Amino acid sequence: MSEPVIKAENLDLTFQTNDGPVHALKDVSLDIMKGDFVSFIGPSGCGKTTFLRVVAALEQPTGGAVSVNGMSPEEARKARAYGYVFQHAGLYPWRTIRGNIQLPLEIMGFPKSEWKDHIDRVLDLVDLRGFGKKFPWQLSGGMQQRASIARALAFDADILLMDEPFGALDEIVRDHLNEQLLELWDKTHKTIGFVTHSIPEAVYLSTRIVVMSPRPGRITDVIENTLPRERPLDIRDTPEFLEIAHRVREGLRAGHAYDD
Amino acid sequence: MKSALSILTVIAALIGLWYAACVPMNIHEAAIQAQRAGQEVTPAEAPERRKMGRIALAVKNPGLWRTVYEQDRPQLPAPHQVGAELWKTTWGMVERGRAFSKRSLILHGWITLSATLLGFAFGTLLGIVLAVSIVHSRAMDMSVMPWIIASQTVPILAIAPMIVVVLASLSVDDLIAKGVISMYLSFFPVVVGMVKGLRSPDAMQMDQMKTWSASRAQTFWKLRLPSSAPYLFASLKVGVAASLIGAVVAELSLSQDGGLGARLLAGSYYGQTVQIWSALLGAATLAAVLVWAIGLAQGMTLRRMGFQR
Repeated sequence: MSEPVIKAENLDLTFQTNDGPVHALKDVSLDIMKGDFVSFIGPSGCGKTTFLRVVAALEQPTGGAVSVNGMSPEEARKARAYGYVFQHAGLYPWRTIRGNIQLPLEIMGFPKSEWKDHIDRVLDLVDLRGFGKKFPWQLSGGMQQRASIARALAFDADILLMDEPFGALDEIVRDHLNEQLLELWDKTHKTIGFVTHSIPEAVYLSTRIVVMSPRPGRITDVIENTLPRERPLDIRDTPEFLEIAHRVREGLRAGHAYDD
Repeated sequence: MKSALSILTVIAALIGLWYAACVPMNIHEAAIQAQRAGQEVTPAEAPERRKMGRIALAVKNPGLWRTVYEQDRPQLPAPHQVGAELWKTTWGMVERGRAFSKRSLILHGWITLSATLLGFAFGTLLGIVLAVSIVHSRAMDMSVMPWIIASQTVPILAIAPMIVVVLASLSVDDLIAKGVISMYLSFFPVVVGMVKGLRSPDAMQMDQMKTWSASRAQTFWKLRLPSSAPYLFASLKVGVAASLIGAVVAELSLSQDGGLGARLLAGSYYGQTVQIWSALLGAATLAAVLVWAIGLAQGMTLRRMGFQR
């Protein structure tokens, strides 16, 4: 097997707060291979978002080591290794959809002549062709989030880090976006780290599910998803799916995630 | 239609109140004039009249009520007197081809407007520069902000003559001196609003910039500055009104150049209350027009930028 794309070893992160130290991450070790779709699931405070933020160099670990493509997270960021999708689309209202996708290209200093190709390609990927000239407020919440995924993909990062990207959307839109995300993943062979609250979402999307629990934030279980890569939405009613979902629930219970 | 009616009702009520207030305000003068004309006034002695109070005097002499609206120098001029004066000194001057004569409110309004706009431009520029440096430097934030707030506790009326003297000794043009005084008032709302506006991007938006390794300059031009637009316009509305006040105050010190402030001053020297009130109303109208114009620009810009729809 090839080298892991993201490698975390004994990662510790302690926030100093007025109420004393908070152990956001404790002794977290995890390897994410190229092309993996890894979901992080667990209750609030379990460190799943913090882990993603450490990988993205938005937080500094207080102990342990993490590498992205064999580099430190900062180096990886400068090498445009990853795109980050936040819970809210965060599109700029004064820019069109094209303008928003162009934003990271401008900032990263891509030559102007290449902008159009990049934008066209990612608009196709998220199925928003023809909406490029629209402004964010003219789009539904789901479309806005797709635009924000397109923006994260615009500069050809191999890794996509997604922090509850569909958390603010209703279930019907969410199902649709889940399907589209799988399709996109299949087409692009990106490595995806995906934080979620939803067990069905985690099971439906991932190749591996990382179950975490709080106080201190730690990994309690890593579940290999045995579902085939071809996943229609109704796969969620099959016994195999329910079996894996059950294991995730067990993992959460083992970590006392339901205590509060 | 309904809102127009309610607005008109409020205006009518205010004018009614104004007319009513003219009676007690001008009753003493009316009594003196009536006595001179040989009319009977109760009580006949002026000291006694003063002792009994204006309202009681007005009630005792209903015959004087008509004359309170016809005085040359009333303590409180009636709306129609102010209106007539305004008409005479604006359109009336235009009709006579003397729109820019010294007696024309158009000339004085123009003088005040030019100082206001200059001060507004100075103030907006200074305000934005200060806000940018405050947002980007913690030292500026800690050291300059208290001074900015302190500056606004000093009465502009006290500081204006000093600015005039200092700038005159540097042989700076009077218009610029007025602009500086006006700036002293108008930069403040711009600083406060712009600091808030430049800081308005939330943690997520700032993190997003970080994931793209954006420089401070890029974050400023692409995120902070556009995000501050709604705050800037709100500040500009306050700022332009403050600029006008600053310009009028400056004209009290530099009254030889004319302007609405100079008209106010001249009016109070000679007890020309009608002239004072018409200059006041002229200034109020000017402020209303300026604020309205900024509101217009605000609506257009913010709609274009997607902040409003």
